[in-house]
Amino acid sequence: MTITGEDRFLETIAADDKVEPRDWMPDGYRKTLIRQIAQHAHSEIIGMQPEGNWITRAPTLMRKIILMAKVQDEAGHGLYLYSAAETLGVSRDELQHLLHTGKQKYSSIFNYPTLSWADIGAIGWLVDGAAIVNQIALQSTSYGPYARAMVRICKEESFHARQGYSILLALSRGSEAQRAMMQDAIDRWWWPSLMMFGPPDAESTHTEQSMKWKIKRVTNDELRQQFVDQTVPQGQHLGVTFPDPDLTYDEGTGHWMIGDIDWDEFWAVVKGDGRLSRERIAAKVHAWEEGAWVREAATAYAEKVSLRRTA
Amino acid sequence: MTYEVPEIPGEQTEDPTGHYEEHGWPLWEVFVRPKRGLNHSHAGSLHAPDAEAAVQNARDAYTRRAEGISVWVVPSTAIYASDDSEAMFEPFEDRPYRHPTFYDIPEEVGQM
Repeated sequence: MTITGEDRFLETIAADDKVEPRDWMPDGYRKTLIRQIAQHAHSEIIGMQPEGNWITRAPTLMRKIILMAKVQDEAGHGLYLYSAAETLGVSRDELQHLLHTGKQKYSSIFNYPTLSWADIGAIGWLVDGAAIVNQIALQSTSYGPYARAMVRICKEESFHARQGYSILLALSRGSEAQRAMMQDAIDRWWWPSLMMFGPPDAESTHTEQSMKWKIKRVTNDELRQQFVDQTVPQGQHLGVTFPDPDLTYDEGTGHWMIGDIDWDEFWAVVKGDGRLSRERIAAKVHAWEEGAWVREAATAYAEKVSLRRTA
Repeated sequence: MTYEVPEIPGEQTEDPTGHYEEHGWPLWEVFVRPKRGLNHSHAGSLHAPDAEAAVQNARDAYTRRAEGISVWVVPSTAIYASDDSEAMFEPFEDRPYRHPTFYDIPEEVGQM
């Protein structure tokens, strides 16, 4: 009996080994990965906007350089992920084109506005906190380049969550107005952060196949629960409340139980009703077009240097 | 966060075709030496118009936290890879005598 590429693929998955770019893989596996990694990459890049919005208004020079470093990290994360997607046979140009024309998506969390400085703290603590929970699980995803990108990203991400929490800690020790600003930010970011984990397992269309292929290792609901359990005590330390009257600690299971998530809002934002989705893409396209002369100049310079070398 | 944005029934999304016309810069593989005495090892890849720019970009992308003291960039197309079929590497799997643990040395002889 000859061993086919498919046999080897199934064997690799069963053995918890990594699939590498030149291996045979089912079309569906490749397609699912391209879509997921591209959406992940787009999310990192679009995610620079809500935070970039506060760089010029950071309250101190220290907070400003920290925020710049964080936003720069997000650009780096986008790069690692686009590189991983490219190993599957798509070009970065094409992925970017699909983002710019609205044919591929990014996480809907970035379609919420950042209204105050406290939002930068809330994003670091909650949004990046949720991202860490998800990305730690993805470190053991079955596709090698994606798993390696996750390892690199997770190393950097923990700084993001901690700098966000430190912004909130400073506000929690501040004036009444500052504490109110913090509470307002948490009231707005709590539910969207929980929605980031995606629809409940029962309604998640891709989960089953992705779990079989070990692209996904932990389900949406399990990850969401893990995030809630680790985050609620951190919020108590800040002295904030969560906008969920049903939030209770279950002594029996040791878990924090949340109330019902408003999935209508989630779907509305995914569909792009979020006020900002058009603005985010417009800003991205604008930045790309504004940078055209830099790319052209760099290309021209590279050509000139190479001509001089061969001359 | 889940990075697979759920699909909306009836929605027009597109998967890449893989045949999009390339306008971008060539791809470079980046190798970073973490400190003196260690090899450069593969860190990732990036696009740049030439080697000089690739080194600059690699510095910003892969050594932001002092992960390296030296960087190499190699055009991805310059890498010639092995054929990873069984014929290539499997023969070595049944050659245990190439490993020191294959040999039993009497305890009295001591460390060897």
